[in-house]
Amino acid sequence: MNRLFADLWYAFRNFLETFGAMQLFLLRILAYSPKTLITRFRLIAHEIYAIGAMSLVIILICGLFVGMVLGLQGYDTLSQFGAEEGLGTAVALSLLKELGPVLTALLFAGRAGTALAAEIGLMRATDQLSAMELMAVDPIRRVVVPHFLGGVISLPLLTAIFNMVALFGAYIIGVSWMGVDSGAFWSQMRPYVEVADVMEGVVKSIVFGVAVSVLAVFEGYNAFPTAEGVSRATTRTVVISAIVVLILDFMITAILI
Amino acid sequence: MAESGRDNIILIDDLYFTRGQKPIFNGLDIAFQRGKITAVMGPSGTGKTTLLRLITGQLVPERGKILVDGQDITKLKRNELYVLRKRFGMLFQNGALLTDLSVFENVAFPLREHTKLPERLIKHIVLTKLHAVGLRGAADLSPSELSGGMARRVALARAMVMDPDILIYDEPFTGLDPISLGVVLRLIKRLNDSLGITSIVVSHDVEETSSIADESYLISEGRVVASGTPSELRTHGNAVVQQFLSGMADGPVPFHYPGRDYRDQLLDRDET
Repeated sequence: MNRLFADLWYAFRNFLETFGAMQLFLLRILAYSPKTLITRFRLIAHEIYAIGAMSLVIILICGLFVGMVLGLQGYDTLSQFGAEEGLGTAVALSLLKELGPVLTALLFAGRAGTALAAEIGLMRATDQLSAMELMAVDPIRRVVVPHFLGGVISLPLLTAIFNMVALFGAYIIGVSWMGVDSGAFWSQMRPYVEVADVMEGVVKSIVFGVAVSVLAVFEGYNAFPTAEGVSRATTRTVVISAIVVLILDFMITAILI
Repeated sequence: MAESGRDNIILIDDLYFTRGQKPIFNGLDIAFQRGKITAVMGPSGTGKTTLLRLITGQLVPERGKILVDGQDITKLKRNELYVLRKRFGMLFQNGALLTDLSVFENVAFPLREHTKLPERLIKHIVLTKLHAVGLRGAADLSPSELSGGMARRVALARAMVMDPDILIYDEPFTGLDPISLGVVLRLIKRLNDSLGITSIVVSHDVEETSSIADESYLISEGRVVASGTPSELRTHGNAVVQQFLSGMADGPVPFHYPGRDYRDQLLDRDET
């Protein structure tokens, strides 16, 4: 029993230490971010391409199918009440407020978060970060901050694209397949979907972008410099990101609702 | 302690460093003379690379001083450390080239980060340095297209692109074919002779290192066991020095890692 208690206490202390170290890491990144945005935008643009643009395929395909499923499920449920015309509104609200930001963040963690963690982790394992330090170049400013900002900028943009494609998917199913009136599909959205709903999604996608990106760069930067260490860093990035995104989603929803 | 009257650029005084539970250095004293090639040798696992990381301020010792031109590197703030590091160039064992940049951009990297030189001048400097290591023709290649020896030569070009006062080489000869080894050996000597750069060579390749070093230190079990010119070391009375220089498998530095009695372990007897 004592052993169990000691193990739990050790795990809890370990968690607090890592959590604290990550907060300090984030503070340092945020302190360097404004200057990096101005003086090193080329590096950030490169990361937006590598992180954001290269994630487009998975976002487009997943977005389309999520929208199509929402179209089918929404139509099936709404038609029981004779309210098929509200399909557009139901899909738009669920996408903008919940599914868009959350699913994009989870996909982003799997596609881009792992890539970020692995890239920085490998730089650590092959002494590239040490070499930079010895050339009097701070790897946090030169590598970590541009990667982080690339992630933070990309995720809200990817979320917007996901929402758009998903809405289009729902439209194809609802209007072209199930015969919902096209005009009703769009016009019903106007009175029910408000700016606050859109903003809720925007806030979520920015918070998720910060959370997933800082997790990925933190895990990569602090990876143990071996093949196993890098693989553990990428796995931890996906697992912890998924948990953190869902917890944050609940917290933001509770605050904004 | 180093004797007086010498012009030391780096002075390590009574250095203590522990990793985990294992003491790496206990009371290490080394003096690196300005403009000379100093070799630090020792069996694997004696903390040679750790010493380099301490000298460059990447690790902090528990006790002791590391003075670079009178400045104690262990007491510097991050900004001051970065200013001092501009005086260092370091050649990593694996080259540590930035894999997302070409050979040219790797060598240009410190110039682009620290200077605002016009592109033409950067090109001129980078090509000069690459020419010095014989790889001007490889400027457009990516690091993944280079052999181990070539990568190390590119890393050497990058290490000297800012014209450092002190060049540090971490195991520069390990894993090189005889031609690349000869090239690197001559380059280290030539850089030292023509530019007066202070060179610190950390290595366990006795023959190669002794052929260029002005002075050598042999470390074992956290301390300097012998120092002097290569010829002085060869006639040194210490048993560790003789075992290391002659490459004997067993001696004061044991061949076997400490463990249980061989017979007991084979017969699966419990330790008593």
